[in-house]
Amino acid sequence: MADGTRGTGDRKELPDDEAALSARLQRLGQRLDKASRPSENDFGPRSAADASAFARGFRLSTELVAGVVVGALIGWLIDRWLGISPWGLIVFLLLGFAAGVLNVMRAAGVVRERSLDE
Amino acid sequence: MAVDPIEQFQIHNLFPVFKIGHTDIAFTNSAAFMLAAVVGVTAFLVIGTARRGLVPSRLQSAAEIAYEFVATTVRSTAGSEGMKFFPFVFTLFMFILTVNMIGLIPYTFTVTSHIIVTAALAITVFLTVLLYGLYRHGLHFFNLFVPKGVPIYILPLIVFIEVLSFISRPISHSVRLFANMLAGHITLQVFASFIILMGGAMGALGWAGGALPFAMIVILIALETLVAFLQAYVFAILTCIYLNDAIHPGH
Repeated sequence: MADGTRGTGDRKELPDDEAALSARLQRLGQRLDKASRPSENDFGPRSAADASAFARGFRLSTELVAGVVVGALIGWLIDRWLGISPWGLIVFLLLGFAAGVLNVMRAAGVVRERSLDE
Repeated sequence: MAVDPIEQFQIHNLFPVFKIGHTDIAFTNSAAFMLAAVVGVTAFLVIGTARRGLVPSRLQSAAEIAYEFVATTVRSTAGSEGMKFFPFVFTLFMFILTVNMIGLIPYTFTVTSHIIVTAALAITVFLTVLLYGLYRHGLHFFNLFVPKGVPIYILPLIVFIEVLSFISRPISHSVRLFANMLAGHITLQVFASFIILMGGAMGALGWAGGALPFAMIVILIALETLVAFLQAYVFAILTCIYLNDAIHPGH
């Protein structure tokens, strides 16, 4: 807390100067305020990389499978719906695999979490 | 005498409530344990915060720790604005944690070992993110699927992959919790059945040898306690990460 303010002004004028005292109090109040309030920088949105290692490990275990399963499911439904078997399954399995890999890379923090306007 | 490791997950109707067409809607053992968890959490928080002493009692400080823990998780992953969803995340976390912990007590039923339960929770989170995102940002929300700085000729492919990745979320979200609880409880049951099998086959020597799987069960229970907590935590933190998408238009 040695920020120089105490030495320069306050000590000289302290005995009779009410204004200096109140200014000091105000400064102290501001500093306390700043110290006690969690700032936006501390608690801003962060990537999943900060989650504990265990949480990340558990996350990785299912992300890839989920992507592939969704791809297969959509491909199969499209095949049944449009009668273009097996093309829907082939294409969407590949896309699903890509999505799964993307999920894993996000979960591992290799790629940033998505966000709007970025 | 073989022990069926799947038997513990069977649903029993306790008493019928009403009928839809020919389907009985009954109060099941699963519903009973859910109700027990909800009553337990509510009692814990209501009694814990009843006195609100400056010097907290044990229960009050436990309630405060639970609050602080979830609040820090929400703030650190979804930002201060994410606190709007604190009640939602806190409810999910406490419910899953309590249900998982109750499931570790012998002869109880683990609600989260049924995928329909975890899927319902995951779909609730998914729809919350989707609807709040649309409400908050309108159609601009779909820009989520269009990353900036991607060459135009590859963009349609990327959008497809991003959409698939988004749709896969509730699946990985629900399967993770369900599979971990299911696998853990099956493992416990299998090791427990080893004791009975050995005792039945080899008599006194078998019962003595049963000390080995029993020691394993003790270790596994410790692991399962950790998993029960971590799965609740992972579910909560992923909910926050998903909500972050809906809340933050840009950083």
